[in-house]
Amino acid sequence: MFTLEKRPSPSQFWIWATPVLAVALTMLAGGGLFALLGKNPVDAIRTIFWDPLFGEFAFYLRGQLLVKAGPLILIAVGLSLGFRAGIWNIGAEGQYIMGAIFGAGVGLAMFPTESRWIFPVMIVAGAFGGWLWAMIPAILKTRFNTNEILVSLMLVYVAQTILSKAATGFLRNPEGMGFPGSRNFSSFPAARNTDLIAGSGMHWGVVAAFITVIAAYVLLQRHILGFQIKLAGQAPRAARFAGVAPTRLVVMCLGISGALAGLAGMFEVTGPAGQVTIDFASGYGFTAIIVAFLGRLNPLGILLAGLVMALTYVGGEMASTNLGLPSAAIQAFQGMLLFFLLAVDLLSNYRIRFLKGRAV
Amino acid sequence: MTTGTELLRIDGVTKAYPGVVANDNVSFAIQTGEVHALLGENGAGKSTLVKMIYGLVKPDSGTMRLHGQPYAPSQPSAARTAGVAMVFQHFSLFEALNVAENVALGMENPPPMRELAARIKSVSEEYGLPLDPARMVGDLSAGERQRVEIVRCLLQDPKLLIMDEPTSVLTPQEVDILFKTLRQLAAEGTAILYISHKLEEIRALCDEATILRRGKVVGTCTPRDVSAKEMAELMVGAVLTPPARAASRDWGDATPALEVTGLSAPSPIPFGTSLKDISFSVDRGEVLGIAGVAGNGQDELLLALSGELRGAAGMVKHKGAPIGDTGPNARRAMGFVAAPEDRLGHAAAPDMSLVENALLSGTIRKGLTRKGFINWGATKAWAAEIVAQYDVRTPGTWVAARALSGGNLQKFLMGRELSQAPEVVIINQPTWGVDAAAAAFIRQEILNRASDGAAVVVISQDLDDLLVVSDRFAALNEGRLTPPRPTKGLTVEEIGLMMGGAHGMEVAHNG
Repeated sequence: MFTLEKRPSPSQFWIWATPVLAVALTMLAGGGLFALLGKNPVDAIRTIFWDPLFGEFAFYLRGQLLVKAGPLILIAVGLSLGFRAGIWNIGAEGQYIMGAIFGAGVGLAMFPTESRWIFPVMIVAGAFGGWLWAMIPAILKTRFNTNEILVSLMLVYVAQTILSKAATGFLRNPEGMGFPGSRNFSSFPAARNTDLIAGSGMHWGVVAAFITVIAAYVLLQRHILGFQIKLAGQAPRAARFAGVAPTRLVVMCLGISGALAGLAGMFEVTGPAGQVTIDFASGYGFTAIIVAFLGRLNPLGILLAGLVMALTYVGGEMASTNLGLPSAAIQAFQGMLLFFLLAVDLLSNYRIRFLKGRAV
Repeated sequence: MTTGTELLRIDGVTKAYPGVVANDNVSFAIQTGEVHALLGENGAGKSTLVKMIYGLVKPDSGTMRLHGQPYAPSQPSAARTAGVAMVFQHFSLFEALNVAENVALGMENPPPMRELAARIKSVSEEYGLPLDPARMVGDLSAGERQRVEIVRCLLQDPKLLIMDEPTSVLTPQEVDILFKTLRQLAAEGTAILYISHKLEEIRALCDEATILRRGKVVGTCTPRDVSAKEMAELMVGAVLTPPARAASRDWGDATPALEVTGLSAPSPIPFGTSLKDISFSVDRGEVLGIAGVAGNGQDELLLALSGELRGAAGMVKHKGAPIGDTGPNARRAMGFVAAPEDRLGHAAAPDMSLVENALLSGTIRKGLTRKGFINWGATKAWAAEIVAQYDVRTPGTWVAARALSGGNLQKFLMGRELSQAPEVVIINQPTWGVDAAAAAFIRQEILNRASDGAAVVVISQDLDDLLVVSDRFAALNEGRLTPPRPTKGLTVEEIGLMMGGAHGMEVAHNG
């Protein structure tokens, strides 16, 4: 039949071909899933992947693409640094929420002051909130050797509880007639994260995402810190030999990914979301994990992967409104992407060799 | 030494891997009762050849005949059924199981445990390799573990026993015991295929030798009748010159370059050996050789000297300054270089290129970064320099470390550390797995660093390394270091006793 043979060095071709193959396989399997749900698979796939880019409403949906991709990329780039070093921050969703609460909280505390310093201060506060939340698993790991996967994940649920408390309690709009939710940032120009070009979807968060991609690329390619991150992930003992302090790396990687997730939350709450609400958290922090892997933990790859993932979000929404696909089917579709990616990932380190002759 | 009928004949065997022909038309024969040496540099194709005999690899062409019958084992169990057994260089034993259980795991149809234990006892005593079947393998020394592997083979009553570098983990006394056993086996008619690069051992033990170079048989000889130097030159295909030692000179330093006082540390390695009250000092221009059987604290000592394992500041001093609590990079800045034994995973990152691996330990001493930004151009140039100077055979410096053969990677890593103009050099197993020519070159480079004024500590299980390079000699035993003695004038017996330490070696009584 066939056997797997380890390649002497990872195949550069397959490292980049596997994500494309994974997307193709997801389309096939997803099409099958949609067919089983009684929908025309070709229509569904076209609605998800084609219409947002070139369909009737593309002028609006393209902007939506950036709005969705921005936070995904911002979070995923941060996560990818840790993932490369073997530090598994699964709780970006929680750090995203805390960034939003801190950023929004600082902004709302200054309402209705108008100053151009308010927004920068909120940015710092948002990053700080995410960083702070990520420091909990970092310190517990370095001091008590707890598992950062569990701690960061559990803290997501704590953050969600704080979020609902914020929306119904300490950040509730005093003029909101008792309805849950904070004051809307559209009525607070100094603290608002608007589109830089109206209708383009290009807000400060998207700009921050692009800057982060470039910075991470430079860090990984040219800076000794990026080298140490890669080294620690690939060969932990060699990293210690090279003088990398594991605890410093844990604190740094969790700190960076937390701060970036916090930034994403802050940009989201002041921009596209507009206010702190109970259901503000929409799973960007978890989806970003898929984006990070889909992008091969490479900043440029993540940029592309974030856009593809945003496409499935925007297209998926279209598919559920236009074709009546259940939203769970869209989530399953996104999950398939990671599933197939991990499966075909094997090809970058192994080659398939078909055995001739004897059928065993 | 009753050489009898022909047992195994290998005829025109060829095996090619992508990019390299491991065996090219190899032919030789082994008689029953013969101890036959298979000699060759790294990458000469010895391993591929024995893997084919043991059924792990299938030849592309050529035939093998056992007892005159066509022999083509499809897997090791078929080879074992045909009477071929092999003792690997790396043992495959479970530390948490006892000797009898480990032996049973390797058998197709193990007999009841009590019966097996009795057989292990009788076989091991018959061949002078005392073994207690009820002991946990985790508690055994490397030499005793090898006995488990040998006894496991002997229980199958093999016609041909293949031994791959069996003495690399043994003390001289243990080697003697092993040789006695092998001679006894040969006298009973078992053929032994003995793979080694230690020429004196081959001269002492083997009846015939087949020499391989780059996959081809380049000669056969009767080891007793030729000198080790002649064999080495056949193997390498070049004339070898022994390392030259510069006249020692006085560097006029009041304090030793490296001083270790009362160094004790628990091992950071699972099942490791703690260091116990180790003291020694090395002056500039001096080489201290540290012998010892594997697993007696060598790895831990290297970690403590390189800075990966930190302790009280005063335990390690550099030119009188306490540095025991500093990390690897702080020590590199002071002039330390270190080469750990484990190449893939510790000294080098397997999936990274040679350039990246050069950066791994050379960042500080070679000044390869500026404000944290890596100067890839300079790093590439330096990696290429190491490749050229140390004769590392690789398609290029972009190749992943794991793609290099063991000997070639060793040459690269030795080059990486020794070309950093070090003041203190700490090396564990400098010539592990490299061929005779490369070993001679590495030893010469170590001596050159010493004559440049570096203080050198060489930890090795290869006594040849230590006897050639070291000025003073000490041995590690269960984490303790014997007081260093001048190498000149030490006899092999004295060295063996230093390595064996107080508890000595269990000598075989049966003969």
